[in-house]
Amino acid sequence: MLDITKQPGHLKPAPENFLSENQIEQVGSGRRDFLRNAFVAAGAAMVTPLAARAASEGDPNILQNPAWTTSLGMPVATNPYGVPSKYENQLLRRESPGLARVGGASVSFCPLQGLFGIITPSGLHFERHHQGWHDIDPSKHRLMVNGSDDSLLKKPKVYTLDDLMRLPSASRIHFIECGANTGLEWGNVAVPTVQYTHGMLSCSEFTGVPLKVLLEDCGVNYKKARYVLAEGADGSSMTRTIPMEMVESGEVIVAYGQNGEMLRPENGYPLRLVVPGVQGVSWVKWLRRIEVGDQPYATKDEAVHYIDLLPSGLHRQYSSIQEAKSVITSPSGGQTLLDKGFYNVTGLAWSGRGKIKQVDVSFDGGINWQTARLEGPIQNKALTRFNINWVWDGGPAILQSRAMDETGYVQPKYGQLRAVRGTKSIYHNNAIQSWKVSGNGEISNVQVL
Amino acid sequence: MFKFSKTLFVLALASSTSAFAVDHFQGIGRQATPAEVKAWDIDVRPDFKGLPKGSGSVDRGQDVFEEKCASCHGSFGESNEVFTPLAGGTSPDDIKTGRVRGLSSGELPQRTTFTKVATISTVFDYIQRAMPWTSPKSLAPDDVFAILAYLLNLQEIVPGDFVLSDKNIADVQKLLPNRNGMTTDHGMWAGASAAKGGIGNGGKPDTNNKACMKNCKSEVQIGSTLPEYARTAHGELQDQYRSFGPVRGTKTLGAEAAKKAADAGTLDLATKSGCMACHGLKSKIVGPGFNEVQLRYKDQTDAEDRLVAKVKSGGQGSWGSMPMPPNGHLKDEDLKTLVKWILTGAK
Repeated sequence: MLDITKQPGHLKPAPENFLSENQIEQVGSGRRDFLRNAFVAAGAAMVTPLAARAASEGDPNILQNPAWTTSLGMPVATNPYGVPSKYENQLLRRESPGLARVGGASVSFCPLQGLFGIITPSGLHFERHHQGWHDIDPSKHRLMVNGSDDSLLKKPKVYTLDDLMRLPSASRIHFIECGANTGLEWGNVAVPTVQYTHGMLSCSEFTGVPLKVLLEDCGVNYKKARYVLAEGADGSSMTRTIPMEMVESGEVIVAYGQNGEMLRPENGYPLRLVVPGVQGVSWVKWLRRIEVGDQPYATKDEAVHYIDLLPSGLHRQYSSIQEAKSVITSPSGGQTLLDKGFYNVTGLAWSGRGKIKQVDVSFDGGINWQTARLEGPIQNKALTRFNINWVWDGGPAILQSRAMDETGYVQPKYGQLRAVRGTKSIYHNNAIQSWKVSGNGEISNVQVL
Repeated sequence: MFKFSKTLFVLALASSTSAFAVDHFQGIGRQATPAEVKAWDIDVRPDFKGLPKGSGSVDRGQDVFEEKCASCHGSFGESNEVFTPLAGGTSPDDIKTGRVRGLSSGELPQRTTFTKVATISTVFDYIQRAMPWTSPKSLAPDDVFAILAYLLNLQEIVPGDFVLSDKNIADVQKLLPNRNGMTTDHGMWAGASAAKGGIGNGGKPDTNNKACMKNCKSEVQIGSTLPEYARTAHGELQDQYRSFGPVRGTKTLGAEAAKKAADAGTLDLATKSGCMACHGLKSKIVGPGFNEVQLRYKDQTDAEDRLVAKVKSGGQGSWGSMPMPPNGHLKDEDLKTLVKWILTGAK
């Protein structure tokens, strides 16, 4: 566990040398001019007694008002588009070294380890591009809707952003998870933290037009048109087949809004498809065309990639749903606990088949389980935050979470998943994640079978 | 008032029923022209709907491939440098069975495009829409047919004198090594099941875990732990967490290890930037070794700026007659990193 002197605000009585160098520096750089001057004048020999006196009175951050309490602050609109605090420079989207050779076809992972609640800040939303991203001029962006032949759709149409934003809109909170999330871990533990094990996951409120509205506006023939092809406007013009049943349900949205603002360019500005519960690759970004058809399309990303290799040598094709999954985001791999005692164990659960019904947490590697608190409202195909109390006794522990969705499906153990799908699949790894806590408070990624 | 509203409502309803049926959202969107649909509707389906007319020979494909594709994929589609390999991994026997044996036998070191793909339309469609990497959609249909013919020949699916066209592509489909390698018998399609004219088993999952709560097993079997190299492969984890809150990031890199990691990164940058083709770390190759450069500049206060300028513009004479080419393609920050690294003893 961490040295207590590294925890701000703790007062630890000790006769001498109890302040770390770092803390002395903190005192020195604060507003305690008299103390700093005393340091300079008295030299190293005098440091201990002076610092000791200061600490015995209490926390210098309380005893001495800081600059922000004793001076004038910044005016409004200093940042017309606000940015996070300058102290928030650690939780960033990051790449996993060696995962991809070119940045235009890579992934950046969302820092789940330090996020709260269920909404992902748009600037930290994970990225996956197939041929780089562009910042598209919305006045030049068009959405075309057509049929693979005339009998499937009466009237092919073109919509501008002006058109789409005039139409009745819907706003819904949904998770998006890349089919390859946790894919690095199919065979064995490979990455250290939850950012890299589960960070191809984000959740936003999306606003847009249900695709059904557009298809009906174009005179779709639902009897014959049972598949939808969605296509992007980027260089890859990425395409995926979407089932018409999902479109008819009203769930699939042609979205322009994300968390109250327009989509970010990296997330498809100005238009992307939202296909709730289905892997991220189907949420086509920079959406430029929708085609309705009477058979699936076997596009590159459903015939070469995003197919699941089974031990038999067969690949599962058109696997799309992200099955129920959960992960403890804190405490988690790559973290060190501060001390023995109380912790709020927190994490995320989600299911592509609907709402989360229950999340259980184990502290002993899956022998015994306790049901966690779910933070409401629990929403369809959205991240659900869970919390559970824990008192760490300083001994070794293995933390796990296990999600159950409203269909009764329970997130599988590694052994169960591998028994069916082997170890080479890459995609759709929703196994129970384990974090091992050592006696020194360090937490590491392990797999429990 | 009530009466009035009611009348208005009835009137509105009466006048709108016909309008709604014909044009629900008046003034929104417009009909696409045939030329517009033709320009964007470029997808090619497994039944070859959407396939343009055209043809291309293996020979011509080899030329186009060498010019436009080989720098990333290797001359024979074998390269693993930038993307996973396109070609290799299948046998004449696979062409007969339509199942790539290496996928189940474990003999395959890495899956290539042709060990996986079951539909030739997929490859045509993708090359046409997305290749080459930096100038997608620049290939004419004949180029796409030619490139595909060359790839099929590399895979020994078609002979060297083959000409692929819209007329014979359906015959080639019947020879694809993994044409029978896909299954849709799973529960992860989000639409209707195969039994109802769709895909898959209607959503039936393939695992069946139970929410056991007490004494669920007698022992905890750990199948895998994080290898030591993987602990440090993602940089300093401490810096990837807040310095306040319930936990801290674990310190994974010491100062020395951090320098080592930075050195390794810079060496990688130097290699990628082409420096190491002419310079050794401690030896002359064509140009001077970086140790010699460091030595010569060690007492010069403006060494960094001068060297940055020299590397950028190139030069001749400082180290003999062999010229150093200009390196305008390097980003300024990379250039500075490299020069600093050389001046502080490149490792």
